Amino acid sequence: MPSALINVPAKAKRGDIIEIKTLMSHIMETGFRHTATGEVIPRDLITGFTCRYNGTEIFRADLFPAIAANPFITFFTTATASGKFEFEWIGDNGFSEIASASISVE
Amino acid sequence: MDVKRPDVTRPLTRRDVARGIAASVAASAWPRPALAQAAARVVVIGGGFGGASCARALRQIAPKLQVTLIEPNRIFAACPLSNEVVAGLRELTAQQFHYDGIAAEGVNVVLQAATKIDPHARTVGLADGGSLSYDRLVLAPGIDLRFDALPGYNEDASLKMPHAWKAGEQTILLRKQIEAMDDGGLVVIAVPAAPLRCPPAPYERASLIAHYLKAKKPRSKILILDAKDGFSQQRLFEAAWKDLYPGLIERIALSQGGRVTSVDPSTNTIITDFGNYTAQVASVVPPQKAGHIAEIAGAADNTGWCPVDPVSFASKLVPNIHVIGDAAIAGAIPKSASAAQAQGKACAAAIVNMLSGKPPDTPRLTGTCYNTVAPGYAFSQSGVYQPKDGLFAEVENTTSPVNAPREIRQREAERAADWFKTITVDAFG
Repeated sequence: MPSALINVPAKAKRGDIIEIKTLMSHIMETGFRHTATGEVIPRDLITGFTCRYNGTEIFRADLFPAIAANPFITFFTTATASGKFEFEWIGDNGFSEIASASISVE
Repeated sequence: MDVKRPDVTRPLTRRDVARGIAASVAASAWPRPALAQAAARVVVIGGGFGGASCARALRQIAPKLQVTLIEPNRIFAACPLSNEVVAGLRELTAQQFHYDGIAAEGVNVVLQAATKIDPHARTVGLADGGSLSYDRLVLAPGIDLRFDALPGYNEDASLKMPHAWKAGEQTILLRKQIEAMDDGGLVVIAVPAAPLRCPPAPYERASLIAHYLKAKKPRSKILILDAKDGFSQQRLFEAAWKDLYPGLIERIALSQGGRVTSVDPSTNTIITDFGNYTAQVASVVPPQKAGHIAEIAGAADNTGWCPVDPVSFASKLVPNIHVIGDAAIAGAIPKSASAAQAQGKACAAAIVNMLSGKPPDTPRLTGTCYNTVAPGYAFSQSGVYQPKDGLFAEVENTTSPVNAPREIRQREAERAADWFKTITVDAFG
């Protein structure tokens, strides 16, 4: 099972509003919790998410401790041209994941 | 004329006890003994494990009480072990019980649907237009399936994609679908987010269907689409699947995109945020809520379930009404038959105390559930629950060990059969 799940419509008409769904498996440890022995559990968060459509950034989000594990991010955009959506998640401890999906626009 | 004061059942808190004022609170909060002496009337709505046990216990503890049990179905079909009916290992008749034993104990059994509740007049309206008065009303309506919560899934869809979450026709429908399926077919089980009736049941269902498929249709697969990440007795189930049904059961958890967002009964398609799955057999368990009569009574809150005081099971929303079993918000207590039964008995004891002017005792409830993954292979979980901070907390938990020899599983399977006999005799006589 890949750690990123992406749902982009394979086809759309030019000008259609399309929904994009993403889910990234991640613990999203806040850094505010303690173990039974009192030690702080180190922060481990995804801190940023971006989506590019044929190279142009169309969506960006900053993520914070209040966001639950396995962030599920969905948003809408307008289908303008055939091509590629590229997704990127970055975070603590050098976390970096990318994924992509193609769309054909008529 | 003895004017009854409104007996608001203020829950005792730990702090009250600590301050030593419990006695004075109790004295002001419970109705006077006079009420009990006039053969108080207790009406119980719902003849499942909770309601039936409560009605019986009321008569046993206080033989003078006038106890009425209202239940629309003449025959009750028990859910525990009903997954064995789905897998063809058991007949539905073994799940069926009637109310003659309860009636023989002096409970007035009214085989009708309750359609109206007037908490001020303290009356219950019946489907035939009749009406019953009560001093205390117990609601044990179990669950209703929410046919508005999952797009595409309504009552008609359930005839194509059976939930089989209330034992009876739905159980048989699912069994027939599996029996009619071709070898190589895909069975999808869609599991909602908590809270749901019998939390481990979807996984028991997958196990027992796998048992049938392994023998009869070995090229088939089972896919569990789950709106939860973890589940009850997960390690035990997963170890059993690996052991008994390798490669047969796949589960997609919430964090892997397993939450079902809609269904299309015309094509038997189940849709998640990240995929479409076309099933030969689809058992879709929709989200649930307290049985409708709880809503009519005003005892359900905006979650669809009923907040109660864990000491007396008194509704936090409506006076003189108690709610037990699956319909109640009971904290750590799972929505299970045996927990409902324990609640029914504890609620009966609380009501008898309250009717004679005494505060209810703090209950200590035990709930047990057995899961059968193959004939002669079962495991169990048992919890003890006590009130804490206005809900029930689990104070003890005994779960079968993950690494245990097959003899233990065999013994638990035998115990499961005894347990079913015990809880059903206890509820229905």
